[in-house]
Amino acid sequence: MIGSLSARISLVLPNTDFAPFRRAGTLIRASVLTMGLVGLLLAVTPGHLRAETDCLACHADKGLQDSAGHSVSVDAQKFGSSIHGVLKCGDCHADIKDYPHPDHIAQVECKTCHAEPSSQLAGSVHSSSKDHPCTSCHGDAHSIFPKTDARSAVYPLNIPRTCGACHGTEGMAKKHGLPSVYPLYMDSIHGFALSKEGLLVAANCQSCHGSHHILSHKDPQSPTYKANIPTTCGTCHAKINVDYQGGAHGKAIAAGNLKAPVCTDCHTAHAILQPTESAFRMQSTPICGSCHKDKLSTYRDTFHSQLGSLGGYVETARCWDCHGAHEILPASDPRSPIAKANLVATCSGCHKGANLSFVQYQPHANAHDRKLNPALYFVRLFMNLLLAGVLTFFVIHTILWLIRARVDQIKKKSAQGETNA
Amino acid sequence: MPDLEQAADRTAEQRPAAGRHFMRFTRAQRYLHAVLFTTFLGLAGTGLPLRFSESIWARGLASAVGGFGAILFFHKLCAIVLTGAFLVHVKDIFTRGVLHREKGIFWGSTSMVANWKDVKDLFGHMRWFLGLGPKPQFERYAYWEKFDYWAVFWGMLVIGFSGYAMWFAPFFAHFLPGWALNAVLVIHSEEGLLAILFIFSIHFVNTHLRPDSFPMDMVVFTGVESEEEFKHKRTLEYERLASQGKLEARLGEAPQTWQINFSKVIGFTAIFIGLTLLVLTLSAYFI
Repeated sequence: MIGSLSARISLVLPNTDFAPFRRAGTLIRASVLTMGLVGLLLAVTPGHLRAETDCLACHADKGLQDSAGHSVSVDAQKFGSSIHGVLKCGDCHADIKDYPHPDHIAQVECKTCHAEPSSQLAGSVHSSSKDHPCTSCHGDAHSIFPKTDARSAVYPLNIPRTCGACHGTEGMAKKHGLPSVYPLYMDSIHGFALSKEGLLVAANCQSCHGSHHILSHKDPQSPTYKANIPTTCGTCHAKINVDYQGGAHGKAIAAGNLKAPVCTDCHTAHAILQPTESAFRMQSTPICGSCHKDKLSTYRDTFHSQLGSLGGYVETARCWDCHGAHEILPASDPRSPIAKANLVATCSGCHKGANLSFVQYQPHANAHDRKLNPALYFVRLFMNLLLAGVLTFFVIHTILWLIRARVDQIKKKSAQGETNA
Repeated sequence: MPDLEQAADRTAEQRPAAGRHFMRFTRAQRYLHAVLFTTFLGLAGTGLPLRFSESIWARGLASAVGGFGAILFFHKLCAIVLTGAFLVHVKDIFTRGVLHREKGIFWGSTSMVANWKDVKDLFGHMRWFLGLGPKPQFERYAYWEKFDYWAVFWGMLVIGFSGYAMWFAPFFAHFLPGWALNAVLVIHSEEGLLAILFIFSIHFVNTHLRPDSFPMDMVVFTGVESEEEFKHKRTLEYERLASQGKLEARLGEAPQTWQINFSKVIGFTAIFIGLTLLVLTLSAYFI
């Protein structure tokens, strides 16, 4: 409190180089403290002096409206405690000199003081100041609080709701083709950490997208541009980023191959799931398979896939149970979980008692590839021929039999009918 | 088969010749068939969703029995029961055929083992289908019935072995080569599929739905069939027993109404489940 008061006082008295301050330090410091305490008293007194009484004489009225019907009422107490509480009305409403003032007054330009955020905003996706005035995120200009204040619209715990005011509506999808991401985020692991646990460090919108200088994910400068995503997520998930950068996908991205997956390709951007959840385990395999098509098709032939496809949290191996998730290494790398020397350990994760002979099993064997898996190829061929042969023979046998038996039956009946008649 | 002959004596004099019924299957054989088709339906119902796990109905079927975990549990449970039934049958054959040296188990007209007559019957039957010859007369077990028996026998060995090899893969890996661990799934699923398609189409039609038996041959449920049916379907066996004077020894009681109704409910349920699974299996290929 005292700290913020001193900051406020330094705003009131910006010229701290003033000579008497330096010469009679102790005395002046004491008087500054006194002034601060006075300021504190003033701050909690309704209609305090710095929000000018002349203006508040009218604008304190809660029902006051301009000719267009907009409220022009100012809550003096709230304004006084806000970050702009030290300013005078005329500091922002500079065109008002006298009373009575004209009906139409100039729009307040935040950039007069906040030049840098304003210029950042001008270069962002929110550049249209008509659609995105500063107040659309920061709230009413007379009650703006610092972002560390829980009352602020841009306090970490309030940011999703602030952004969600637009990005949680269907209109957004129609107007800009953007998905309604707010509900996805709120149900994600980040959203839960923020809304349920109140974790200030939980990623909120601006942790990934930035605040004033938000760019499209197509812009190479954007923190959400594909190649930048590992670094963006790595801001918090540092260890995983290191692992990822050391793996095949990280190296490919670093080499400029944007086909390689980044964090969001597997985890998605907003609806991030716990990787241990069944929903995530169910969706992860097709994601890997969207590039590794041949591997997906041979995986589909295995019991791992057959049991795994039935849903629920099933422990049957998915891609990353064997290959690792972030630091994916080729089998030729001795550190890889699928390196020959590590296979017993990797398979033992699920199959207790796995041995050297057991790990000869090929999780991606192709029963249709005669060169790669000759034994399996001929076993499959034999089984297919057996199945086709037996069924073909007996289907023909049965159909012929059915026809013949029915014909005989009808003949017999009609013969009986004749004798009866 | 001594137990068959013992069972029927009491009723021999009581029944008029026109309504006579003859024993075909013993109680133990009927129970074996009941265990076989119950576990088979269970294995098919839980195996097909695994075989066609990508199809639209697989997840529904899986969740209907309690999810993926229940699917495997029921599959293994049915497998163990069926293995037990198989071993009981093999032990029975061994005791009767090897230890007691009972005749007609491994050869002869009452044996399940194929003989030259079966080959002749197959071709003769086909000629009759096409109207090129007379209808062959059959003994106790016709060639297609022997095929059914050996298909199931072979199927149980193959599907059973490959199934246990997957279930206890680390153990089987001690003496199976690496590629065999891949092959057992192919063998298990293809042979299983063959069994399912065969039983639910060929066996159902040949044994139950063909005009001579339509809509269902009750003999495997009640154990007895009418004299007329016996004479018509297994003429040679009927004539052989008559000429040997053993026909009366095979007489059985006509089934009670409740027995017939109970058998119908069980039988039609099994056929309905089987045909449903058959449609689902075929839909996985064509939809």
